[in-house]
Amino acid sequence: MITLTDVSKSYGATRALGPVDLQIPRGGITALVGPNGAGKSTMLTIVGRLLGADTGRVEVGGLDVARSRSRDLAKVLSILRQENHFVTRLTVRQLVSTGRFPHSQGRLSTHDVAQVDAALEFLDLMTLGDRFLDELSGGQRQRAYVAMVLAQDTDYVLLDEPLNNLDMAHAVAMMGHLRRAADELGRTVVIVVHDVNFAAAYADRIVAMSDGTISHVGTPAEIMTPEILSEVFATPVDVLQHDGRPLAVYYR
Amino acid sequence: MAETVSEGVAAHTDTATDTSRPTPRRVPTWVPAAVAGALTLLFAAGILLWDNRLPVGSAGHRTIVQMRLVSIGTIVVVAFCQGVGTLAFHTATANRILTPSILGFDALYRVIQTALVFFLGAGALAATDGLGKVALQSLLMVLVATLLYGWLFSGRKANLHVLLLVGVVLGMGFGSLSTFMQRLLTPSEFDILSARLFGNISVSNVAYLPWAFGVCLVVGLVLWRRRHVLDVLALGRETSTNLGVRYQREVLLVLVLVAVLISVSTSLVGPMTFFGFVVATLTYQVLASNEHSRMLPMVALLATAVLLGAYFVLRHVFYAGGMISVIIELVGGLVFLVHLLRKGLR
Ligand SMILES: Nc1ncnc2c1ncn2[C@@H]1O[C@H](COP(=O)(O)OP(=O)(O)O)[C@@H](O)[C@H]1O
Ligand SMILES: [Mg+2]
Repeated sequence: MITLTDVSKSYGATRALGPVDLQIPRGGITALVGPNGAGKSTMLTIVGRLLGADTGRVEVGGLDVARSRSRDLAKVLSILRQENHFVTRLTVRQLVSTGRFPHSQGRLSTHDVAQVDAALEFLDLMTLGDRFLDELSGGQRQRAYVAMVLAQDTDYVLLDEPLNNLDMAHAVAMMGHLRRAADELGRTVVIVVHDVNFAAAYADRIVAMSDGTISHVGTPAEIMTPEILSEVFATPVDVLQHDGRPLAVYYR
Repeated sequence: MAETVSEGVAAHTDTATDTSRPTPRRVPTWVPAAVAGALTLLFAAGILLWDNRLPVGSAGHRTIVQMRLVSIGTIVVVAFCQGVGTLAFHTATANRILTPSILGFDALYRVIQTALVFFLGAGALAATDGLGKVALQSLLMVLVATLLYGWLFSGRKANLHVLLLVGVVLGMGFGSLSTFMQRLLTPSEFDILSARLFGNISVSNVAYLPWAFGVCLVVGLVLWRRRHVLDVLALGRETSTNLGVRYQREVLLVLVLVAVLISVSTSLVGPMTFFGFVVATLTYQVLASNEHSRMLPMVALLATAVLLGAYFVLRHVFYAGGMISVIIELVGGLVFLVHLLRKGLR
């Protein structure tokens, strides 16, 4: 369970987030949706303790993220930011192995190696293990980053726009991987997605945000209505049914 | 849903094979290590034995060999400090362009030397030479660095860029202060001072050498024990935090250790701005992967080989011993510029 109580964050005079209260239950995929600047990344990075909140309290799996030992948190919670740029030259396998750091402190045991292998396998990276990150396509690199946080073997996995820079096929595949991480590995996945249709097709819960506040929380069926979406995204949105699923249409 | 997933997986496998290129050929780590090791031994032997005209076994011969041993010891310490210090600095700041001198070390050294001459006269430089002064000088540099880092890192807005900026500004301030005092010196005082302000391996402080060795050993061990943490730090604040590393604490520790290394080197032979950059860059080039368990020993080895080689060639072949630092800095500065122009400020 992820619990946010009265959490807020301001940059100077502008309030980026909150105050918000939110509970995300264990298991499944929760998608944060909303227009640019709604505060999705701010909220996710606060939960992932990469950013300190001005007020309020965040608990993940019973641990207060602002007070608990960083090393303990790293075994419970992993977060992947939107932008990742490293100066070091790493192979895919080395990158994924760093995901084991909270458990191994750098000295990989056979169990750690097995976990790294499993994460590589899970994201179809076995053949690319010895490739350097700068020798990969954008989609392959994105998968390598996700493999790193999966190798960290945490109950809670937070991802900020993991579909960034992915074409259709890769975006669909990535959501498939995340769905399997939730279903087969029992991870609690929280993602920020740009495209509400991906949220509707893969997530168990949608949290809609605008102007730094949470406006709606519910299942895809509950959130995917013309009224709610038009209000959240401040643009006319229609919702069709396709294959028994809601589909937002908003191009013109 | 299951169908979508397996299709997705198939799509991935396709693109993976589509874009796969043959993995580039990599030189195994031991090759550059062996070359650098062999060169180190060769140059060390060269410095020790080359062109010693006195008969073997005579007292004079032994004295010369002993003096040259001191030079080799100094070179090893300086190479270690500059090489390892710069590489660790690069890791802690997650950049590969800046060098520790950006934090104002060289400028601080200059201002101390200049102030000595300014207030106490030209004789003061020689009169105060010795273990006490060197130790005090190093201590002062480490103290300033620690206070600076500590102060800047304890705030809520802790930010590496602010730290670097303050370092640059302080460096410029120290630099102007030195220049101002130098303007007021007599020409002969200025002459004596300038000889001191260019690094000079030949006139290092002998008494200080064993202490410097000890300090290098301790700092080296601490860094070596943290090599895996360094690997993580290089990935930046957010990834480090995600992996449970206390980023601010660890970066602060590394920066203080770097301050210790650079101050030891500066106190021994004077400032060197680009040498560390050159050997660290060389290390990144010759090693395919960036684990500190490989980079730390490699940068120490390469730095030693390069500095010994430069010393041997310049002193024993061209008889230009006093020019070594000047020439290394000239070449290093050129390498730095070329690197900047080719890669940009990334
Ligand atoms: N570092 C920052 N400094 C100042 N303002 C920021 C910063 N980061 C985000 N903001 C502001 O906070 C608000 C929320 O941003 P963000 O959480 O990134 O939105 P989202 O991820 O939903 O697009 C925006 O108005 C943004 O301009
Ligand atoms: Mg965002």
